[in-house]
Amino acid sequence: MLAFIGRRILIAIPTVIIISIFVFALQHMLPGDPILVMAGEERDPAVIEALREKYRMNDPIPVQYLAWAGAALQGDLGISLRTQQPVLELIGQKLPVTIQLAVMALIIAILIGIPAGVLSAYKKGTWIDWLANIVALSGLSVPNFWLGIMLILLVSVKLGWLPASGYQPLSEDPIQSIKVMLMPAFVLGTGIAATLMRHTRSAMLSVLKSDYVRTARAKGLRERVVLVKHALRNALVPVVTVITLLFGELLAGAVLTEQIFTIPGFGKLVVDAVFNRDYAVVQGIVLCTGIAFIAMNILADAAYRVLNPRMSDQ
Amino acid sequence: MNIFKTLGLAAILAATSGLVHAQDLRIGLQEDPDVLDPDQSRTFVGRIVYASLCDKLVDITPQLEIIPMLATGWEWSADGTELTMTLRDDVVFHDGEPFNADAVAYNLDRSKNFELSRRKSEVSSVESWEVVDDSTIRIKLAAPDATLMAQLADRAGMMVSPKAATEAGEAFGLNPVCAGPFTFKERIQQDRIVLEKFADYYRADEILVDSVTFLPIPDTTVRLANLRAGDLDMLERLAATDAPSVMADDGLTMEKATSLGYQGITINVGNGDRANTPLGQDSRVRRALSLSIDRAALNQVVFEGAFAAGSQPYPPDSPWFNSAFPVPERDVDAAKALLAEAGLADGVDIEVQVANNPVQTQVMQVVQAMAAEAGINISLTAKEFATLLEEQTAGNYTASQVGWSGRVDPDGNIHQFMTTDGGINDSKYSNPEVDTLLNEARLSNDTADRKAKYDAALAILQEDSPIVYLYHQVWIWALDDSVQGFVPYPDGMIRLFGVSKTE
Repeated sequence: MLAFIGRRILIAIPTVIIISIFVFALQHMLPGDPILVMAGEERDPAVIEALREKYRMNDPIPVQYLAWAGAALQGDLGISLRTQQPVLELIGQKLPVTIQLAVMALIIAILIGIPAGVLSAYKKGTWIDWLANIVALSGLSVPNFWLGIMLILLVSVKLGWLPASGYQPLSEDPIQSIKVMLMPAFVLGTGIAATLMRHTRSAMLSVLKSDYVRTARAKGLRERVVLVKHALRNALVPVVTVITLLFGELLAGAVLTEQIFTIPGFGKLVVDAVFNRDYAVVQGIVLCTGIAFIAMNILADAAYRVLNPRMSDQ
Repeated sequence: MNIFKTLGLAAILAATSGLVHAQDLRIGLQEDPDVLDPDQSRTFVGRIVYASLCDKLVDITPQLEIIPMLATGWEWSADGTELTMTLRDDVVFHDGEPFNADAVAYNLDRSKNFELSRRKSEVSSVESWEVVDDSTIRIKLAAPDATLMAQLADRAGMMVSPKAATEAGEAFGLNPVCAGPFTFKERIQQDRIVLEKFADYYRADEILVDSVTFLPIPDTTVRLANLRAGDLDMLERLAATDAPSVMADDGLTMEKATSLGYQGITINVGNGDRANTPLGQDSRVRRALSLSIDRAALNQVVFEGAFAAGSQPYPPDSPWFNSAFPVPERDVDAAKALLAEAGLADGVDIEVQVANNPVQTQVMQVVQAMAAEAGINISLTAKEFATLLEEQTAGNYTASQVGWSGRVDPDGNIHQFMTTDGGINDSKYSNPEVDTLLNEARLSNDTADRKAKYDAALAILQEDSPIVYLYHQVWIWALDDSVQGFVPYPDGMIRLFGVSKTE
């Protein structure tokens, strides 16, 4: 297993390099001059020239890339042009926020999606199946921003149950932290739950038709044991793949959710950084997200092997 | 077990700390401020935070008169090239360092010469300075500069602790040390900026809350929802369309002030090849565009009538507004006649770039519909703001819908836009007569003399119309009823002197 993970990490290195070059190039292709944004409303030519020199914007792009990549290898991702804060420190501040949001959303999605998928597969063609499908379809179709604002108006303004927006670190006040994050996690989770439900349903349907399930039933096992221990376990292999892929969707969804609920996470950081042309921040974030995505994939491959030992010898 | 003990202890602590009753004022901002260094920062929203953090040499009244703040008084030499300021002797910075003439000298030098300073053009007239004694400084100018006092009433006049600034260098903004009513406690980017009352503040008796927390919440609906849910005590820049619902709400109050800035359509009249359009070359077409717009209706449709219609760089209630040219009524026939005179009786097509946010887009769609009736066919190109700005600077545009946040001194709304070498003259408008008038108006400290010069320049600009002014934003603050004593200022700042919160 360790050799397998080590091999996968080696393969990942060129991918990370390609991602970093790609982002660097794309970003410089964006119209809009970061120095013009930084110079402020007055756009004083003396200020503009001084800033261009200072941040090496006059250098050719490959030279800028090598300078950045060299520093990044030593763990220095530069400073935010907008606030002078080191990028690594910023990421360190924001990462736990988005991870908390993503994990809570994923838990909500799994809690809704998997039981709903199993149930609707088991009760295929009945009203339960139809209901689950309708709920799932609406979960997919309702836009996050609309659901978010409606929930704020209902739950916070009308009922006063949960705070409307903001963030509380988990370490400072765990209960408040979870309360603040509940609505955004729900908004983010429902969309994912729908996808998860549909995948679980189709995986379960094919597994339930297989021979070993019939054998299990023929053995006289209780239906619950057949369903959970035999069928679900095998059906989970494709579902785990989907969860990994959904992780990317989760991060993308977090961008929007964080905007609506004003959560100071990764997504909000990257959107603000793009609008402000805060190059160092965008690069740092994309690099970290890329690495996280690759790590998730490696973990998923490892998880397959745990769930299905037959895959180990491949 | 341990965790329950810790939680129990935390609960007791939380309960007892409530008894001490520290009063925190929570203010919702439209954007997250940039770096909190008065010499480096550039955003409007950052200045709102400075109003509580960094005192200035002088301040303004709501009527825009310059009044003492850290300076107790000032005197100009007869030729207007020497400004002698006397300073308070009871002021310390947040780190305990004394505020004195040496500190002012340090700050002038930092604004003028610090590599990353964005204040260079604001203090460009300052040539040298001399510390007369501990509480007197003499500032020498290359030429008279009527705008300097207004600059010193803003970021260029904010005093930072020389010791802290020297030690922190470029990173000063991560932990700013000034001489204002509140000290910097912490900042989590895009989430909050927390300031605490400064015990040794020289006007401490006027500060009635213990701390202030600024929370950037860009979405106007969510910002208002937070105020309604009690998570905010007040917010700035309420959307004009939300004003009626706030007024109808028993628990909320609203305050307003017409801003110093403007919104308009900047036209490329000489910035590269793209100035070669009928709109860029013939002022009659520009005047026809202006005449085709019903500014009152525009204000009504997009802003529920909450903003102020405008046709000059100064709002109609400003003393600098040239009343010989009131905001024009819409006159489609006159607009058509002007177009015919310019040889465009069949109409003209123009392209206008606009920032891709809903409000500015809506503004331009209304203008588009109105102009069409006069035969001016506008096509809109929506651009993200940073891109729009770059295109505008480079001259890669025909017309551009942009605005200006406004300055206390009248020079700040016109000189850089309308003089030939003006730093932000993106139209590349050039008229020697206007240059002379605006340059001379800068040199005089006599208000009547300045007013006459601005009036004359505005008369020419009405004719030439390189910018078609549309409206003036009105700052709208929404406050919870528990907040009292807030005074609206036309600069859009939130000054917390005398502001209190009842439970």
